[in-house]
Amino acid sequence: MAHAQTSHAPSDKYYVPHSSPWPIVGSVSLFTTVVGVALWLNHVNAGPWVFALGLAMVVFMFVRWFGDVIRESESRLYNEAVDRSFRMGMMWFIFSEVMFFAAFFGALFYARQFSIPWLGGEGVKVFTNLLLWKDYENAWPSNGPADVGGDFEVIPAFGLPAINTAILLLSGVTITIAHHALKAGNRKVLNIFLAATFLLGFLFIVLQAEEYMHAYHELNLTLGSGVYGSTFFMLTGFHGFHVTVGAIMLTVIWFRCLKGHFTPTHHFAFEGVAWYWHFVDVVWLILFVFVYWL
Amino acid sequence: MAHTHEAAHHADDHSHDHHGPEKGWRRWVYATNHKDIGTMYLVFSLIMFFVGGTMALVIRAELFQPGLQLVDPMFFNSMTTMHALVMIFGAVMPAFVGLANWMVPLQIGAPDMALPRMNNFSFWIMPFAFTLLLSTLFVPGGAPAGGWTMYPPLVLQNGTSFPMLIFAVHLMGASSIMGAINVVVTIMNMRAPGMSLLKMPLFVWSWLITAYLLVAVMPVLAGAVTMLLTDHYFGTTFFEAAGGGDPVMFQHIFWFFGHPEVYIMILPAFGVVSEIIPTFSRKPLFGYDAMVYATASIAFLSFIVWAHHMFTVGMPLAGQLFFMLATMLIAVPTGVKVFNWTATMFKGSISFEPPMLFALSFLFLFTIGGFSGLMLAIVPADFQYHDTYFVVAHFHYVLVPGAIFGIMAAVYYWLPKWTGHMYNNKLATWHFWLSTIFVNVLFFPQHFLGLAGMPRRIPDYSTQFADWNMVSSIGAFGFGLSQLLFAYIVWQTARGGVKASAKVWDTATPHGLEWTLSSPPPYHSFEVAPEVK
Ligand SMILES: [Cu+2]
Repeated sequence: MAHAQTSHAPSDKYYVPHSSPWPIVGSVSLFTTVVGVALWLNHVNAGPWVFALGLAMVVFMFVRWFGDVIRESESRLYNEAVDRSFRMGMMWFIFSEVMFFAAFFGALFYARQFSIPWLGGEGVKVFTNLLLWKDYENAWPSNGPADVGGDFEVIPAFGLPAINTAILLLSGVTITIAHHALKAGNRKVLNIFLAATFLLGFLFIVLQAEEYMHAYHELNLTLGSGVYGSTFFMLTGFHGFHVTVGAIMLTVIWFRCLKGHFTPTHHFAFEGVAWYWHFVDVVWLILFVFVYWL
Repeated sequence: MAHTHEAAHHADDHSHDHHGPEKGWRRWVYATNHKDIGTMYLVFSLIMFFVGGTMALVIRAELFQPGLQLVDPMFFNSMTTMHALVMIFGAVMPAFVGLANWMVPLQIGAPDMALPRMNNFSFWIMPFAFTLLLSTLFVPGGAPAGGWTMYPPLVLQNGTSFPMLIFAVHLMGASSIMGAINVVVTIMNMRAPGMSLLKMPLFVWSWLITAYLLVAVMPVLAGAVTMLLTDHYFGTTFFEAAGGGDPVMFQHIFWFFGHPEVYIMILPAFGVVSEIIPTFSRKPLFGYDAMVYATASIAFLSFIVWAHHMFTVGMPLAGQLFFMLATMLIAVPTGVKVFNWTATMFKGSISFEPPMLFALSFLFLFTIGGFSGLMLAIVPADFQYHDTYFVVAHFHYVLVPGAIFGIMAAVYYWLPKWTGHMYNNKLATWHFWLSTIFVNVLFFPQHFLGLAGMPRRIPDYSTQFADWNMVSSIGAFGFGLSQLLFAYIVWQTARGGVKASAKVWDTATPHGLEWTLSSPPPYHSFEVAPEVK
């Protein structure tokens, strides 16, 4: 527990930063990034470079912005009210993420419950089948009546996905142990179990990449494999992206732990990341059940 | 925490933190102050109001007479699409976020918004998002022309503008989510001691519920447009039957966002009106608790009515019945609100200052929009009205004399508080009468056109519709030009004028913490939290 913590007590006043360049830098960065992708998609040669520049700016902005926040936190400028704002903000952010995934799960359930059966001639949409897709039968998995992307095989739930489930569940346990160790002031256990958590996270990502290679090269299961491929890759892909972000955040707070940041009572960043990690965990469980298993 | 600070609580000795605003452009670009950011939001939304209004005038100029005269039909379609996107995401929503920025900390006794840097981030994303969106007007193939609802497969036929549209929506979504999180956290965490939830001003309540809706549905919109993007460029078939998807699925996901979105645009106006009517009736609001519960009920119901936008697209009978009945149920809490506003005025000592005029106009005209909404909720009737000018009339009644009059009422109510100056009452009253008369000239005939069968989003029409279209276009130009007066009044008041007192409305009895601060309030609002009894 290093610098500045005892120099002055956490203020009674709600900390409002005087001014900050990072929001405008962030806005310019996001703008550059999406303009880059838009150019890229419109086949402008500079597109990928503009996109890369934008991404680099986004990373720079995050490093500097969060750097400011960490410095302020470590010099005890934040009182309990500020801490509460961060907690609430994180929870609402996770809620917005839940709703983002809900859109894609909604697409999955709609395809399985409505569009595929209707195309197969069930229910009120029987004429679509009779007039357009006569030979198509309701089945799941399906790449649709036009066999979009050609025949494919699916990844069985109780192979790699089950192992990945075990990995994520285990990482949920290790981060909880790390949290208890932090609260008990046991820094050694904290550092070890936090490291275990992000290593498990990165292992998950490696295995997921392995699974994607297998799907693309051997199973002919691609993003273009009809609505099955669409929902499979968009759901697992966005989940994988969130695991990557979560693992990076875990790594960052691990380095902070090594530097002696956080106290048994004052460690919002740790808890925020832990909540986020549990959130990606839960999303995975739902994915495992509805995308891989059932 | 090992320290207690009870003694230091009221000793206002943090002199090192008592700095004013930064000098020059940094004050705005690096802002963290809720008032500065609120001002930027409001100015931005006023600019967008005129940009979107100009697009509306292009539409009404083309429709002044039957036949194709002024613009290319494709450009006409771009105008209907862009007018909606600019007005919804650029004018109405940022205006309400601006009002929240200014008023929520003042009304709950907070020093600032809870997350000041994120506040500035959510603002500054907006000008960039709209730079991206408006620049589509100049790319090959023109701006998006498939309607603001972005239905596939039509939207996928947009050319160069397509990814720009999608990413602009992503940016607006990110901005709205951050803005909404900030409002929720501010309200939940920053209230002055003693201000329990059921003592909060109704503007704060309505924004709390609006922010919850925003956090719940903006990510769904982001998901929906992401699926459009991958369908267009990356071979997915979410919305294509050949691959097992369904274009109607997009409509379901979109309207799951879209219906709560209409409440996002009206609930804060409800809150504003609930502040103004008691002030100028010189009576406390009738049925405060009922107002809170009604707002919450509307928000809950808004999640289970979305398919009333898609009756004609086909769905199982049980679905039609459910969505029809759930939609009509919303009339109950809305009726509670209209009743309570009316009951607040009953036997009140009413005066008709500009904010009250706009609030009253809101009350009557929003209710007309509510009634036409009930008509549209009836499935067999909707089969007739769908995609006609009746729908256009309906949602413009709830959005223009609804949401926008709510915003104007709020500006006229709080502008003296913000600037420290009284505005020109006579000009403001002129602005009110011109707006209220022209808005009816503009939109009321569209009911007749719709019932007679005129389709929306078409640049030409059968000659039988000529008369009312001409009337409507005259109303549109009258309404549009009247708004220049509004901009002038705001500009004039910001520059100077008669000093406003802290209470501003001397003849009235406004309640609320904002009136305990000077006009304009100090740069940092409540450095020491007030006690609320
Ligand atoms: Cu609706």
